[in-house]
Amino acid sequence: MNQTESGPILTSDGIPLKVSLKKAERINKIRAFLLVLPLLAFILVTFLVPIGDMLARSIDDRQINTVFPKTFEVYKKWDRQGLPSEEVYKTMFFEVKNSEGYDIGKASTRMNYSKSGWKSLLKKSKRKFKKIEEGPYKEQMIAAEKRWGDIEYWKALGQMVDPTTMGYYLNAVDLKYDSSKNIVQQKENRRIYNKTWFKTFKVSVLVTFFCLILAYPISYLLATLPLKYSNLLMICVLLPFWTSLLVRTVAWMVMLQQKGVFNNLMVMAGLIADENRWQLMYNQTAVIIVMTQILLPFMVLPLYSVMKTISPTYMRAALNLGASPLHAFYKIYMPNSIPGVSAGCLLVFIIAIGYYITPELVGGKDGQMVGNWIAYHLKTTLNWGLCASLGAILLAVMTVLYWAYNKIVGIENIKLG
Amino acid sequence: MADKEQFVRFEKVDKSYDGEVLVVKGLNLDVPKGEFLTMLGPSGSGKTTVLMMLAGFETPTSGEIYLDGDPISSIPPNKRGIGMVFQNYALFPHMTVKENLAFPLEVRKMQKSEIDEKVSNALAMVELQDFGSRMPLQLSGGQQQRVALARSLVFEPRLILMDEPLGALDKNLREQMQYEIKHIHERIGITVVYVTHDQSEALTMSNRIAVFNDGKIQQISTPDVLYEKPDNSFVAQFIGENNQLKGKVKSINGNSCIITTDSGEDINALKVNINNVGDVSTISLRPERVAINSTEQFENVFEAKVKELIYLGDHIRTRVEVCGNDQFIVKVPNSYKDSNLQEGSTVKLSWKTSDSRALDLG
Repeated sequence: MNQTESGPILTSDGIPLKVSLKKAERINKIRAFLLVLPLLAFILVTFLVPIGDMLARSIDDRQINTVFPKTFEVYKKWDRQGLPSEEVYKTMFFEVKNSEGYDIGKASTRMNYSKSGWKSLLKKSKRKFKKIEEGPYKEQMIAAEKRWGDIEYWKALGQMVDPTTMGYYLNAVDLKYDSSKNIVQQKENRRIYNKTWFKTFKVSVLVTFFCLILAYPISYLLATLPLKYSNLLMICVLLPFWTSLLVRTVAWMVMLQQKGVFNNLMVMAGLIADENRWQLMYNQTAVIIVMTQILLPFMVLPLYSVMKTISPTYMRAALNLGASPLHAFYKIYMPNSIPGVSAGCLLVFIIAIGYYITPELVGGKDGQMVGNWIAYHLKTTLNWGLCASLGAILLAVMTVLYWAYNKIVGIENIKLG
Repeated sequence: MADKEQFVRFEKVDKSYDGEVLVVKGLNLDVPKGEFLTMLGPSGSGKTTVLMMLAGFETPTSGEIYLDGDPISSIPPNKRGIGMVFQNYALFPHMTVKENLAFPLEVRKMQKSEIDEKVSNALAMVELQDFGSRMPLQLSGGQQQRVALARSLVFEPRLILMDEPLGALDKNLREQMQYEIKHIHERIGITVVYVTHDQSEALTMSNRIAVFNDGKIQQISTPDVLYEKPDNSFVAQFIGENNQLKGKVKSINGNSCIITTDSGEDINALKVNINNVGDVSTISLRPERVAINSTEQFENVFEAKVKELIYLGDHIRTRVEVCGNDQFIVKVPNSYKDSNLQEGSTVKLSWKTSDSRALDLG
């Protein structure tokens, strides 16, 4: 050691060792970065940006502000006690009259979420306003459409003044703003989401549970059988995996419907009467049965790969030490298979909670899950804000689950192989 | 109470896995109480199968095994009360060292205080008192090995089985553990059946060694007898280093005989495993029993050509060609009376009749 004790360690040409090391490794770092760059760009474009966009959409309320910017300016001065002033009516009049039909269509859809009736009001007004030549506008507007004189409509506009809104999230849990922007429950007959959330959790938990019960023995067998048998069994497990999801689901429809294979067999065997055939299709039972079958490989594979690493001598040692086979299994084998169990459960639960196609096909009215509502609003009502908030809640639930799992079991205990 | 000499008894035990090949053939074996018996043999010789049958993980295809006079073939492994040390220790990875040791006591429903006492005694025996709360994977290989040993002893079994327990350790640690196991055996006087394919391990530790090959015991005896007086060429070859000279029996004279090698030399040898004149035979001769350029008078004296010298520090391994065998090894001590060997030179080899044993062809 020829350097002073306090100074940094130097290389033989006098540069501090750390600087020199960084320099030497920089090229490696750049190379590594360049190697992952394509994937990084891909993920950014196809994953992070869309998710960001979705999260933004769930609170975004700017669109309406671009259609009625001046109205909202003057609206803010209104005291909300009685109808707004002539100035508000006037700006609204011109902005409705001069706007593009496309813009006002989209804006009116949004306004309709706050108070139904806005859409038709604007549609009719746009036509009728053409006849109004000069002011004052307030009376003429009310005369043309008497809803312009209804204070509730004007109050509802207040929910849209801010460029962001929590309205979609409230909607996703059966709440809403009332006309004075207080959070209240949806009307009794419009409360659907809380029930759906509960149902989604119930189905996901049950599917995870049944998958675990069915997969555990199979995985054990797979992990302990000699290779030539276990390969065959593995193919049996994976074969459904290679079949189209739709084909499998439709096959289940054939199996489970009232005049289907299963009911026919039961009737033929005399176990149930012909007129009392079981209702196994188009309800939650169907969703649970079919999803369990479809998601089973996602439980088997992590379980199997963990069990494969549990040495059979552990069980032998436990027996040798005097434990009964059952006790040995419970005390030695099961604890060692926990990483596989948790990985499988987490995987199955996460896939199940956002499942869409199976409930759609076999769920009927009773078996619809959150995923189905997302699809419904995405395709039918075009309420993308609500879709985004439902999706964001799903994402949050999974993140919380993952966090809780990490706290309780520890993420390093997950093993997929 | 059965005979002390027959604490463990195998009686005509056969074992086959597939109904076509016998892995263990008609095994008869008695192990006296307190003995350290090693089953030594190459892999596939059936020694591990014998151990597994004793532990209860395999059932004999025919025959019966007795422990302390009672037949045990129908007793499940968890009721046999036999301790076992496994090849890779098989310590339960999710339990601490203490929990591992307490496991056999807990399944026997012992009192908590009694368990604690026995566990700490067992830890003290293997000198790991401070490691009780560690997880097995936080221990070194040698420490894991000692925990496994302690766990197999903690519930005071009648018999301990060890299945190549030192196979995963490096050489120095292995030797140290050999002595440790030997000393523990001497201290508590328990019966041990030990399986290994490492002959030096067997020689170091055992009271008796059973050499296995091809599903049969080839020879069972004390280490010195096995080394000095192998019964057949497999044992001679398997234990220690060994020179082989092949030939035909020329004449038999009481305990000794003369073998004519393929290249025509007559060698005086001890008659061990040959019957008739004209039989083919392999003479077994230990490298350290051959003298180079000795002035003493031995029965066998031959000219040999030095082929190769390998310097090994304490001795020089000399490969020579003699009696038609060019793989003949002589160990020359690296002593002050330096013999000054040169590769290519011709030397005089000599050995006693009693050191050359005429065995089967092998």
